[in-house]
Amino acid sequence: MVRDLSVTLSGVQLDNPVIPASGTYGFGQEFTPYYDINILGSLSFKGTTREARYGNPTPRIAECKAGMLNSVGLQNPGVDHVVAHELPELRKIFHKPIVANISGFSVADYVEAVEKLTNEEQVAILEINISCPNVHNGGMAFGTSPEAAAEVTRAVKQVATKPVYMKLSPNVTDIVSIARACEDAGADGLSMINTLLGMRIDIRRRKPVLANVAGGYSGPGIFPVAVRMVYQVTGAVQIPVIGMGGITTAEDVIEMMMAGAKAVQVGAANLADPYACKRIIEDLPRVMEKLGIEKLSDIQRV
Amino acid sequence: MNFRITENKQLTALVWSMVLEGEASGVVRPGQFVQVQLPGFYLRRPISVCQWDDTHIRLVYKVVGEGTDKMTTLKAGETLDILTGLGNGFDVDACGDRPLLVGGGVGLPPMIGLCEALIKAGKHPVMAAGFAKADEIFLQEEIEKMGVPFLLATMDGSAGVQGTVIDAIRGAEYDSVCACGPLPMLKALYEHAEVPGQFSFEERMGCGFGACMGCTVKTKNGYKRICKEGPVLDREEILW
Repeated sequence: MVRDLSVTLSGVQLDNPVIPASGTYGFGQEFTPYYDINILGSLSFKGTTREARYGNPTPRIAECKAGMLNSVGLQNPGVDHVVAHELPELRKIFHKPIVANISGFSVADYVEAVEKLTNEEQVAILEINISCPNVHNGGMAFGTSPEAAAEVTRAVKQVATKPVYMKLSPNVTDIVSIARACEDAGADGLSMINTLLGMRIDIRRRKPVLANVAGGYSGPGIFPVAVRMVYQVTGAVQIPVIGMGGITTAEDVIEMMMAGAKAVQVGAANLADPYACKRIIEDLPRVMEKLGIEKLSDIQRV
Repeated sequence: MNFRITENKQLTALVWSMVLEGEASGVVRPGQFVQVQLPGFYLRRPISVCQWDDTHIRLVYKVVGEGTDKMTTLKAGETLDILTGLGNGFDVDACGDRPLLVGGGVGLPPMIGLCEALIKAGKHPVMAAGFAKADEIFLQEEIEKMGVPFLLATMDGSAGVQGTVIDAIRGAEYDSVCACGPLPMLKALYEHAEVPGQFSFEERMGCGFGACMGCTVKTKNGYKRICKEGPVLDREEILW
């Protein structure tokens, strides 16, 4: 039997629910030596800000037992360069709808970047990152208070011509209140979770491994946290949720969808193994067969 | 891609040599590196290629942490998942007729493959290496087999010239340099040898193939990923 992997997010149909997560896939180019990236459902491109950013000093990466820390700090060429160069290049190699990931340091930053990206033909979803743990005075600050999250959501919705998904931080006391605030402010959906704030120490050098001291923890170690948070939020809001956080296998995709996610993103797994998304997509029909699932979109929140 | 280990032997207290068999045509230039997936570790280990042919890769690696320590326990016959042909590597054509190749400690291995490529291109390389002491020297036999001049320094004077590799290269004649080693060595060489140069840098990496932006450095030509546009930077673009 042919298994139906397609899913729909706010009217955007995806051939399958697997989307590489922002910051782990650049603008797609680095993965073309490994496989045809058109097998993906979509692609969330590198977090883009109004101005170009170098990001944080190196070392920016620390390994963990079940994942990694990063403190890249939103290195990106800026929205104008993305529109002029990255998106035309991406269009040549990828022919599916894309998710535009946008970060900012003020409400005006978010609005300007959204204005410049929302009418790009290939952009199907605007993913507003209010949860980057690696930048000061912004990023996560907007995602840790319901009022600030709502303010960004409202401002972005006024200029957006595509569905707006707010990307939420797990580094909060009550993620449900933030999710509700975004929904009430008009968000079309949610992406969750961003990385968990963590730290490693080099015990030989007696110094933090990361130059920026702390960074965002991603990888299989955070998967149970992500499943729990997606389950909590999808029990409290009506808007669709893209689930992410440590997804590594096709089984993880199904589990995240049983937690209530309509689609998923794969992040750190792409960095540990460039073939991760290909392997997951190819494994999905077999896992669906084993579990007696004909259509992925039939999966109900448990 | 899967590679089969055909040899994994100890060279010095901390340095080992591993030969792997598999589809190695991805390696196209000396100074490139591979990403080795080790059982039990989340991220891959970037290790420079020492020597290679179409079906073999030789890695000479130093035990610097848990991952490389684990690597020493692997036996011939076991397989490893490896990404090959990563990074830009050294540009043989950009070297002069008499390039000086400088390796510091575990920066030496890629210089062997580079030296072989330069000889093949009809050039006349000079090798130079610095170690802490005589019993830490490795790959000397390979260098002598190539029949190139070899300038050796040890910090304690137990072999070659006493001092750093800079002390070993004083008075040597060369028209360009290629170097791989610790940052202080690269900087000292940059200041000492004012000739065209290619310098190979190290950074802690996430993916190793340009996706994560974990290893970006600032250069005179903008931001460069050590894993993708590097690890080899041209003298003219380096910002210290």
